[in-house]
Amino acid sequence: MSRFKDSAHLIPVAALFVLGAVAFVALRAAVIPKSFGRYGPYRGDALQEITSRPLVYAGHEACEGCHPDVLEMKAKGVHAHVNCESCHGPLAKHADDPASVIPVKPDVATLCVRCHSENIAKPSGFPQVDAKEHAQGQLCNTCHQPHSPGFDTGGKK
Amino acid sequence: MTLTRRQILLLLPAAAAAWDFVLAGTPEDAPNYKMTDHWWGMLLDIAKCIGCGSCVRACSMENEVPDGYFRTWVERYHVDDWHIENPTVDSPDGGKEGFPANGKTGGKNFFVPKLCNHCTDSPCTQVCPVGATFHTADGVVLIDYNYCLGCRYCIQACPYGCRFFHPTRHTAEKCTLCYHRISKGLTTACCEACPTGARQLADLKNPNDPIHAFLKTHTVQVLKPHLATGAKMFYNGLDGSVR
Repeated sequence: MSRFKDSAHLIPVAALFVLGAVAFVALRAAVIPKSFGRYGPYRGDALQEITSRPLVYAGHEACEGCHPDVLEMKAKGVHAHVNCESCHGPLAKHADDPASVIPVKPDVATLCVRCHSENIAKPSGFPQVDAKEHAQGQLCNTCHQPHSPGFDTGGKK
Repeated sequence: MTLTRRQILLLLPAAAAAWDFVLAGTPEDAPNYKMTDHWWGMLLDIAKCIGCGSCVRACSMENEVPDGYFRTWVERYHVDDWHIENPTVDSPDGGKEGFPANGKTGGKNFFVPKLCNHCTDSPCTQVCPVGATFHTADGVVLIDYNYCLGCRYCIQACPYGCRFFHPTRHTAEKCTLCYHRISKGLTTACCEACPTGARQLADLKNPNDPIHAFLKTHTVQVLKPHLATGAKMFYNGLDGSVR
């Protein structure tokens, strides 16, 4: 079998190849983050980094646990679907520590007109007023109960 | 160079240890939130949007969006009679402080809230040269801020203009669909703050989500459907003039 006479020469080449392959696999494992591919072709830890962001808005369920009276009042009126933090602002800190973080009451003078000032681009069915002409300097909550501003109820509208 | 049985037996544990090291990056246990159970989108009802800007402010506070940049914003459209190809659009400070009267009378006027469409086949993900932006199994397009080089390809690729370059972090930035909230069972900050229900987070994989009934009975459209991006922000009553 003279064709395989010098087959011993192949061994160093094969060894080099194996060494190269092992070095490649080891380097690849060392360089690629351990969480890569955990959920897909990306670094899984990136998801943890994104989800670890603290909440700023607590969510209305958090409010309703301690303030069922407001929820009840709201449920009867046209603001039933308006979430608490839509007017009161983000209150996750208050929800976490209700005793020491006391939220500031919203300023009625600027709050109500944010939604209810007249604007041609607003849906025509949405209640909107020219605040100057409508309220004549009075604050909205002089006549309207913000949590349940009914249109046809007696007394406070 | 021959290996004896003894040498092979000695090498085996070393090889096993090396193989274990190689495998260390493969799938592990998922956290409590099961991504594959959800497929997130949003319903945006033009007829309900009053342009109050609550969503823009909420987003900015929840996600610390730098001033002058927007993950979500509201546009005001004015369409004169038949000129639907040339609407007048404005968005003062992204609609953050509402929309003061712009002197437009007559014609058709309405607001359009915008945000990342979390496309199923998103152009921004396709162009990223380093794989820093990715699709999660629940249909959200996110950025790995450690991987992002800040080359801005994705910002150019997004046909909806939903990405921006973060001025201090020096990476691309975009709406995460409040991933830190929705993965905890909460809705997004913009949906939480919307007073009229014009924006509603929708889980398209949840058969009990009200969006399914809504889609059956309403004229719903996505933005730029001709681009086939698989956008998942569904607009009810979207006018043809909206770009």
